[in-house]
Amino acid sequence: MIELVSEEKCITCGICVKVCPTFVFDADDSGLPVIARQEDCQTCFVCEAHCPADALYVAPYADTPVTVDEAELAASGVLGSWRATIGWGPGRTKLASIDSTEFINRILPPRPQQRTY
Amino acid sequence: MSELGRKLTADVLVLGGGPAAAWAAWSAASQGAKVVLADKGYLGTSGATAPGGTNLLYLPPDRELRDKAVEQRYVGGGYLSERSWTYRVLDQVYINLERIEQWGYPFVRDEHGVPQRGHLQGLEYMNLMRKVVLKAGVKVLDQHPALELLADEHGVGGARGVCRPDGTDWEVRANAVVVATGGCAFLSKGLGCNVLTGDGLLMASELGAELSGMEFSRAYAPSAAFGTVTRGRLLGWATYYDEAGNVLNSDGNRGQILHKAVSEGRTVYAMLNKADTPEKQAILRRSHAIFFLPYDRVGIDVFTQKFPLTVRGEGTVRGTGGIRLVGEDCSTTVAGLYAAGDAASRERLMGGMSGGGAFNASWAICSGTWSGEAAAAYAAAQPGHAGQRNLRPVGRFGLQPKSGSGDSEASAISDIQRPDNAELLKAVQHEVSLKINYFRRESTIRESLQRLNAIWPIAGSAAGYEGFQQRIRAREIAAMTATARWMHIASLQRKETRAMHTLAEYPEQDPSQLHRIALWGLDHISVRYDKVPV
Repeated sequence: MIELVSEEKCITCGICVKVCPTFVFDADDSGLPVIARQEDCQTCFVCEAHCPADALYVAPYADTPVTVDEAELAASGVLGSWRATIGWGPGRTKLASIDSTEFINRILPPRPQQRTY
Repeated sequence: MSELGRKLTADVLVLGGGPAAAWAAWSAASQGAKVVLADKGYLGTSGATAPGGTNLLYLPPDRELRDKAVEQRYVGGGYLSERSWTYRVLDQVYINLERIEQWGYPFVRDEHGVPQRGHLQGLEYMNLMRKVVLKAGVKVLDQHPALELLADEHGVGGARGVCRPDGTDWEVRANAVVVATGGCAFLSKGLGCNVLTGDGLLMASELGAELSGMEFSRAYAPSAAFGTVTRGRLLGWATYYDEAGNVLNSDGNRGQILHKAVSEGRTVYAMLNKADTPEKQAILRRSHAIFFLPYDRVGIDVFTQKFPLTVRGEGTVRGTGGIRLVGEDCSTTVAGLYAAGDAASRERLMGGMSGGGAFNASWAICSGTWSGEAAAAYAAAQPGHAGQRNLRPVGRFGLQPKSGSGDSEASAISDIQRPDNAELLKAVQHEVSLKINYFRRESTIRESLQRLNAIWPIAGSAAGYEGFQQRIRAREIAAMTATARWMHIASLQRKETRAMHTLAEYPEQDPSQLHRIALWGLDHISVRYDKVPV
């Protein structure tokens, strides 16, 4: 679930409030997004991908809130890492343009039997 | 009702914000129609496609390849599909993927220069579709969940809903409506699935639309036990272990190992140790990249360390049931109402088995294109515009009481102490749990249906909640309860095992049950068997 909006990094662009499919954020009077409905977060990571300031952190835990330390997260390089992986942001290579999905069947492990549904 | 804020008139209203909705809106606008798209979330991030990647049913125009794929689909779907629909989808998706490339999607090419169009990265794809839809002149209303349709004696005429940012109500009048709100995954937190609560199925049913294929709805996809990423393809490189470390899939088959264990409360662990070189690992990381995200974040190296798995329900999303389509243009039994994507029954394309995202993703593209075009033509053929019609909202279940109306069944029991939404949700989710709805037995499904029938008058009752979020949720709960009832009723009608549907008491496919099961109604649900057209 969404655990962090970094006040330090946030540029109050309002994108996360707008793009969240389950409407988790509200903006406060200064335009800063606040996590208003954390229980509605579906842990889909799209807010992080859209955040141009690498200010958001979605913990991978779907059902339980966790405590996070912003300094630790920043030091680990995880802030903005999903956006970097999909190649969004200036000067980056889009994941779509190096997508290897169509080639993974070439490295399939040997299979003794056909899988049934 | 809350205060009516925004009021618009258009030719075509598209409900939804995933790929089917995007294609429908683009397609209708391309025909010259004035189009409004209203979505619960945001066009570009909503639904099961956007957060991850999606494979497509896509083949080059090679007769032999296509014949083979069509035949495979026909058999795999339990002989309930129509070959002509599979060919139509193969033709249309080829055209549309060429379009996507022209619009700027950077498909990879192989060593022979052939573009590899069989997989789309969700965020890139849906971001592009948003741009295309806006450029086509569509008015996009994000964060505008629809709550009910508008209609008069001539058919559908628009919808009403809530604008989440300010809590006011909106109304769009349009002579044609495309329902592309997705399937129903019962708020299971499967990746991107929590906007998919069967809203469109309920809205269409309240207008008399029929459903078909609802028994094909027992999809449960693997994800990290703690996470949400329901993308299982890379588990093809996994070894499965039990809690003691014994290998569970030594024969190479994963089969139902995970589903069985989860239903019995045991944990299955996996490790992608069949991707045994850095080169292979790099290839997998650049494919379904989101698969790795939860594990990377908790510090698990999936290639060398074991990770715990669970399954999350995908209901009709990865199933094939939905609103029954009457014509090749995705029309329904209601005049002016069209259905596309996972909200529509996909039986005509794929019978009783979706085989994962591929068919549904191509279906979203094609059904969106066809429904949008047909909706535009239907709207253009109407004598007057929707603003002149005597339309009224026709929602009946899980809504706030309508002022001054004593006609709805719902209001009759509004005095009953209604449990809160969370409690109701839990009760409904239990009835579509793995134990009941995956390992289907006639006896357990029957008992479950009885409980759902008891929940229905409460879930469908008028909900006088404070706050628009709970108001939306109350409507979602009515939609999920209705969907679960349709699923169970259809399952009990199909006393055999065919394609995705099973009943333990009837483990064989029965040639005398080669028909589709159509349902309609809410308080009372009717059933009809339809022949499969040859």
